[in-house]
Amino acid sequence: MSTAEGQQHPISIYLWIWGLLFVFSAFSYAVDYFQLQGYLRWSLILLFMFLKAGFIVAIFMHMAWERLALITAILGPPVVLLVFIGLMVSEGEYTEGNRLEVFAQQIFVPAEHGATNH
Amino acid sequence: MAQDAALTSSGEVALPAGLKGVAGDWSADKQTFIVPWGKAMMWIFLLSDTFIFSCFLLSYMKVRISTPVPWPNPSEVFALSFGGDPIPLILIAIMTFVLITSSGTMAMAVNFGYRRDRAKTALLMLATALLGATFVGMQAFEWTKLIVDEGVRPWANPMGAPQFGSSFFMITGFHGLHVSAGVIYLLVVAWRVWSGFYDRKGTYETVEVAGLYWHFVDLVWVFIFAFFYLW
Repeated sequence: MSTAEGQQHPISIYLWIWGLLFVFSAFSYAVDYFQLQGYLRWSLILLFMFLKAGFIVAIFMHMAWERLALITAILGPPVVLLVFIGLMVSEGEYTEGNRLEVFAQQIFVPAEHGATNH
Repeated sequence: MAQDAALTSSGEVALPAGLKGVAGDWSADKQTFIVPWGKAMMWIFLLSDTFIFSCFLLSYMKVRISTPVPWPNPSEVFALSFGGDPIPLILIAIMTFVLITSSGTMAMAVNFGYRRDRAKTALLMLATALLGATFVGMQAFEWTKLIVDEGVRPWANPMGAPQFGSSFFMITGFHGLHVSAGVIYLLVVAWRVWSGFYDRKGTYETVEVAGLYWHFVDLVWVFIFAFFYLW
């Protein structure tokens, strides 16, 4: 649908997406306002985030009407971030485990030492 | 690809769609991305920017996972009271709505640009820039409140894990810088629209390229809002 005149689409579609973005933002704010917790909170945050991001990229940034060569060249590479996320989660948990083990000993050993001296 | 190509009514070769189109676009002896070069370059810049923001958000995720000290609750840190009880995250919610509104006005500006409506395009871009400036102003207010009233520093804060401050200033600061640069960019392009520069040039594609940048700034905020403020 890309023409020499560029991306020409009816105004109504922009107004619709605009309205939807407001609704999704209100929903994600409501997640915090009503203090939903745990997996429900995280899955709702991610759901509204991806819906908003998807509509912005597809409609406002016209990605839905571009040729597949451009879509794959731009949206493909960020997928490798999933590997990066996985690495950093495992690294982060390892670091936290070490800190709990080492720092906890540093804090509590002198007290136990003092206690055994009595 | 000759057998796949059909002629349109205007006599141009119709390009194949789907995966066959991807193979054709990349392997044929011609320009790969059939869009104005400015648009292709903006997309590639935005892709690189995606990785920069991803690195910031990932480093934030990593320090938040690895600290044994409790993370400050953003819902309380960013609460604001208007005389009564503090409302959680209210300033951030208003900033989100301001940015979405600006994204809408920008989308309309691009649309009117392709309709060659000079006045409406320039005015809508001006409105977008003003909303962006409002966003930066609210962010300056938020930073001042956090630094002066709450004593948050990049290396320490009274609420919990010290990494909270460094992540916050780094991520929102870099995003705020993008918004500020975007406001200047939009004002320059809006002036050129108003002065008839793109009418003489014969194309309004620069407005769409500027729009891509602005929507990206809004897009990044969607992720910051979800991961930093709501998580």
